[in-house]
Amino acid sequence: MSSSARLLHSVRTPLEAVGLRTTALFEEAGRFFFILYQTGYWLLRRPFDGRQWLRQMVRVGVDSIPVVGLTALFTGMVMALQTYRGFERFHAEAYVGSVVSLSLTRELAPVLAALMIAGRIGSSLAAELGSMRVTEQIDALYAMATEPIHYLIVPRVAATTLMLPPLVACADGLGILGGYGVAVGLMGANPVVYWEKTFQYLDLNDVFSGLIKAAAFGLILSVTGCAKGFFTSGGAEGVGRSTTAAVVMASLVILISDFFLTKLLF
Amino acid sequence: MNPSPTPAPSPAAPPKIAVVDLWKSFSGKPVLKGLTVEISSGESLVIVGGSGAGKSVFLKHLIGLIRPDRGRVIVDGQDLTSADAAVGLELRKKFGMSFQEGALFDSLDVFENIAFPLRRHTRMTAAEIADRVRECLELVHLPGVERKSPSELSGGMRRRVGLARAIAMKPEILLFDEPNTGLDPITSAVIDNVIVEMREHLPVTMVTITHDMKSAFRIADRVAMLREGVLIATAPPDEFRRIPDPYIQKFIAGEPLEEEVA
Ligand SMILES: Nc1ncnc2c1ncn2[C@@H]1O[C@H](COP(=O)(O)OP(=O)(O)OP(=O)(O)O)[C@@H](O)[C@H]1O
Ligand SMILES: [Mg+2]
Repeated sequence: MSSSARLLHSVRTPLEAVGLRTTALFEEAGRFFFILYQTGYWLLRRPFDGRQWLRQMVRVGVDSIPVVGLTALFTGMVMALQTYRGFERFHAEAYVGSVVSLSLTRELAPVLAALMIAGRIGSSLAAELGSMRVTEQIDALYAMATEPIHYLIVPRVAATTLMLPPLVACADGLGILGGYGVAVGLMGANPVVYWEKTFQYLDLNDVFSGLIKAAAFGLILSVTGCAKGFFTSGGAEGVGRSTTAAVVMASLVILISDFFLTKLLF
Repeated sequence: MNPSPTPAPSPAAPPKIAVVDLWKSFSGKPVLKGLTVEISSGESLVIVGGSGAGKSVFLKHLIGLIRPDRGRVIVDGQDLTSADAAVGLELRKKFGMSFQEGALFDSLDVFENIAFPLRRHTRMTAAEIADRVRECLELVHLPGVERKSPSELSGGMRRRVGLARAIAMKPEILLFDEPNTGLDPITSAVIDNVIVEMREHLPVTMVTITHDMKSAFRIADRVAMLREGVLIATAPPDEFRRIPDPYIQKFIAGEPLEEEVA
């Protein structure tokens, strides 16, 4: 190989890699919006499969309560611990309750709960649909004149989107209780003052914006998981890849969209 | 010997399925190269051909599971390849398909698998569904497995449940992807009989893929050989046997080719 050819080669390879990455990104986005659009299209069509909806809502909502609850509880506790230590330095301990309740409802509870659900549900959606794809079960549905998006994806996306707000509402409550416990029980804060400050600056809008975010995250993570699973190829290995990619991608998109949603909602 | 003499299709009768100039490649590798065939109503067409010849790919085109790069699939005069979602859904209700590996829903037990299309597309009562499921399982010689989950079945059993699920709706068109591969000779003959009998009772059009020449001759009105992306020969069993093509003769006899398979 001549030196100029080698030079050309060494330049082309990274450029090619960038190009391939970009195409892959567009392809990924295309699949996401395809599933999102199709889900909307089939959402209210007959037959309505109430049993599936219920089953998925239990799977996403009820079964996730322990994970989300523990996450919120300890986040509230550590928030109280940290802010108390910090605020002590300028004698603002009284405001710990406000900080904990505001940051939980507006930001931490929705984001952390969504990340936990992305790990729990996003991955299992991708694995479930992915293995149905590689064993031709999705083809079989289609062959039986049943639209796979309608039968499989609609109830899963709807259940996740509907169940995230109530889960986050629980998380809000548990987180605030955890903060109260640590501040009052451990750091010796005045219980009456703490409780009063918790709600003094807390608007209903703060809570609502958190719940809206939660629904948006639920939509994002379930569509990502379903899209990853639905477009799986390459056997068992492909299912593994889809599962991992679903969690990574959903988490990233949640964190990125969080910024824009926050900007939008306030 | 043909158990049910097919009524000679009058030349005016439109074909049940017409496949016109079908082309398909996967990532640059051509699999189907201008395949054309007409299947008349009530006919049983058997497709044979080497492993990887594209038989499954062809069968999936017939029901719209794969979109061709070029060419058309016309079912009852309606173009399946360009049909919108609603028309496609209606067209697919005419089909029953059994997959090479069964493709049973592993979240449902055998009963629910077979009942699936009945529950979705008919207004049958629970008792009628239970009757139909039992009937279908008896047809494929698998009575009493209703409450087993697909993972508890052997490969051959799974395939037979898939067959039962395909015929549950008594569809107009049946597509079978290797219904008797991996079965012992007796069960395999049983499946052939199921297929033959079904045609005696119902005006069903069938496309079956098989490697097994014996069963091909048993169930076919016409046998077609798929090779290198086209059907190189289509003929009734007796004629097919006598086609002087060396590849076909080797295929029937089960002998290796001198020149290697590309
Ligand atoms: N979804 C797909 N993506 C990429 N290539 C595919 C796909 N489906 C099939 N192929 C390729 O098409 C070719 C034909 O496959 P097909 O499954 O139709 O073979 P077959 O004739 O059914 O073989 P067998 O008798 O072993 O089942 C193979 O080379 C296969 O690799
Ligand atoms: Mg095949």
